[in-house]
Amino acid sequence: MGNLIEVRNLQTQFFTQDGIVHAVNGINYDVAERETVAIVGESGSGKSVGVMSLIRLIPEPPGKIVNGEVNFDGQDLLQLNEEELRQIRGNRIAMIFQDPMTSLNPVLTIGRQITEALELHLNMNREESRARAIELLELVGIPDAGARLDDYPHQFSGGMRQRVMIAMGLSCNPQLLIADEPTTALDVTIQAQIVDLVTRLQSELGMAIIWITHDLGVVAGLADRVLVMYAGFIVEEGPVDVIYGQPRHPYTLGLLRSIPRLDLGRQKRLIPIEGLPPDLLDPPQSCPFAPRCPFVIDKCLEENPPLMSIDAVRKSACWVDLSDVEIYDTSADEQVEAVA
Amino acid sequence: MTTQNTESAGVSTAQDSSQSDVLLTVQNLKMHFPITRGIILQRQVGSIKAVDGITFELMRGETLGLVGESGCGKSTTGRAILQLYEPTAGEVIFEGQDLTEINSGELRRMRRRMQMIFQDPYASLNPRMTVGSIVGEPLEVHKIGGSRREQQQRVQELLEIVGLNPYFINRYPHEFSGGQRQRIGVARALAVNPSFIVCDEPISALDVSIQAQVINLLEDLQSEMGLTYLFIAHDLSVVRHISDRIAVMYLGKIVELADREELYENPLHPYTQALLSAVPIPDPEIEKKRQRIILEGDVPSPAEPPTGCNFNTRCPQVMEICHQYEPSFADVGDGHRVACFLYDQVEALDESGQPVSATA
Ligand SMILES: Nc1ncnc2c1ncn2[C@@H]1O[C@H](COP(=O)(O)OP(=O)(O)OP(=O)(O)O)[C@@H](O)[C@H]1O
Ligand SMILES: Nc1ncnc2c1ncn2[C@@H]1O[C@H](COP(=O)(O)OP(=O)(O)O)[C@@H](O)[C@H]1O
Ligand code: SF4
Ligand code: SF4
Ligand SMILES: [Mg+2]
Ligand SMILES: [Mg+2]
Repeated sequence: MGNLIEVRNLQTQFFTQDGIVHAVNGINYDVAERETVAIVGESGSGKSVGVMSLIRLIPEPPGKIVNGEVNFDGQDLLQLNEEELRQIRGNRIAMIFQDPMTSLNPVLTIGRQITEALELHLNMNREESRARAIELLELVGIPDAGARLDDYPHQFSGGMRQRVMIAMGLSCNPQLLIADEPTTALDVTIQAQIVDLVTRLQSELGMAIIWITHDLGVVAGLADRVLVMYAGFIVEEGPVDVIYGQPRHPYTLGLLRSIPRLDLGRQKRLIPIEGLPPDLLDPPQSCPFAPRCPFVIDKCLEENPPLMSIDAVRKSACWVDLSDVEIYDTSADEQVEAVA
Repeated sequence: MTTQNTESAGVSTAQDSSQSDVLLTVQNLKMHFPITRGIILQRQVGSIKAVDGITFELMRGETLGLVGESGCGKSTTGRAILQLYEPTAGEVIFEGQDLTEINSGELRRMRRRMQMIFQDPYASLNPRMTVGSIVGEPLEVHKIGGSRREQQQRVQELLEIVGLNPYFINRYPHEFSGGQRQRIGVARALAVNPSFIVCDEPISALDVSIQAQVINLLEDLQSEMGLTYLFIAHDLSVVRHISDRIAVMYLGKIVELADREELYENPLHPYTQALLSAVPIPDPEIEKKRQRIILEGDVPSPAEPPTGCNFNTRCPQVMEICHQYEPSFADVGDGHRVACFLYDQVEALDESGQPVSATA
């Protein structure tokens, strides 16, 4: 399969009163056709800014893409003019956001919001677009779709609104769907509905997906490949089972260790990542994870490790070899439990 | 081994020698909010049954987890127990006294023994107060801090207990991260030496890497001070980690209550089963093989809950009787309680909550 999108040395900054926020610091990755790539990391690590930069949805000013290339189907999106970009956004690349209430227009009916895009991008007339809108709402599982077309967003529940957003995102058969924390505001049972829906639609419609989340659990069931972000850098990248089976960056390892798991014997005590992420106004020259890293060596303080290939499929930005480290020492946990 | 571990309520606490040391009894608690219409003459046209008859006990030193979907009444339960709302009906017996009966002076005194930690560490701290005055305020309110100097000392001690630098005493909330603010909230709750704390989603607003820090802190404080927690959360993995027993809420009612491991290994209520199956597990191998129970539709409005079993609009195993009667909340063995007609011990209740004698 070919690459649908290739991101090269993407660097985005915000020029604020307090100084320059180094939000995304030169990231590189590809997404293949029909592939699902998850971007994980904690809040402020640059996940949203990273993907919004792809289709230039960064508020300018204060934001600025200071460097990079985004090759999509043979053209560099960062070189297109606003008109050319509009043809791509919402059409060949669609985006859904975390909070469906803020991205739906409260004074337009659900139906109108969908038909508008269809009329704009696919030159449909009113009747055609209305029929297609009903089809789309049925596709995402809104019962009695024809009747609900004239409802307003506030008459829908959170899960239904998110399904409407997905319907809108899919309305023009995009090649790439970017989903920025689309289930974070939803309950687990509704999240399961949405994840189920998106995986089904992907196998039917065949688009590629970039799915942003901070929930490592969701990623496990959804993604082919994972990018882990920290302080505006990609610090680890690889196929989902490889990353979860044997993480090779201390931050990924720390994340996996710090969350309790429903399926394992109960850990006696969680192992947190101590400390806080760095201030992106004043990023260190060292490895950005060094102040919180249990594996830190002198070299880490002198030089920030680039994202380096470890083997054919995976990369890590770390000077230390973690290949012998186990994620879960469950035997010890069980013992502690038994003694107590 | 794990399933046999069921009888001890406070597994990890030192003082659970006597089994029946009940700190709190909640009996048929209801909290209904009126829905009103009209601008000048407000008339009541209905009510939101946020909490609709729940019953449970909390043992001294134990952590009871309370889980359920958004809007099911978890926070309202916590607030009604602490008498931050005046309950519509029911009893809340705390350290032997029914809080719904006592006068305001007595309630004020009892308040010292019960505290709350809130979900949103950004909204719950007054931005114009220093950390010192935020943490010290309860001492002042209850007039227990002694002199100014003693109060200041106590505040610094509290900051140290929750892992904050005592020198931060004169700083303002905005100078702290989310996790640090949550620690300030914890210090404030601890100021008056409570025996019981309602933790309302204390980690939901925090980053994954910080959540574990706060959970560990709460666990340490509990074992050092013998605290009792009602731990409200929607993350079932976290609840399983921290709780001794777990109550599952749906639409204002507790539908199942059991010891931690029992609930996860042997969930009985169809809603609990769906909820557990929806929790993603950070392991791709497991996720690929897992069968999810995908619930249809959304939670009904608490203003018009379905009659009969209130889960009957979404239940994959719904039966005839579920539309007619409400299931009782019955013990099916070893304190595992469930409200569902799939189990023999569960009785049919009519609208007034009385058992229907004839078997339907
Ligand atoms: N003061 C109030 N007046 C009217 N209705 C209320 C009030 N407080 C809560 N409710 C309603 O009661 C129900 C239960 O609310 P509650 O805040 O207890 O839910 P929750 O389980 O804590 O949800 P979440 O997980 O979203 O925090 C909801 O339908 C809510 O809208
Ligand atoms: N409009 C803005 N002005 C200034 N800084 C911003 C703006 N938007 C984002 N940032 C900063 O960029 C960094 C990355 O943000 P973001 O990509 O939104 O993180 P997340 O990983 O949570 O999606 C953060 O430090 C954030 O504060
Ligand atoms: S480079 Fe050094 S400090 Fe950075 S993650 Fe690796 S071991 Fe830790
Ligand atoms: S009582 Fe009936 S509707 Fe309710 S949970 Fe049990 S089977 Fe389902
Ligand atoms: Mg974001
Ligand atoms: Mg709540």
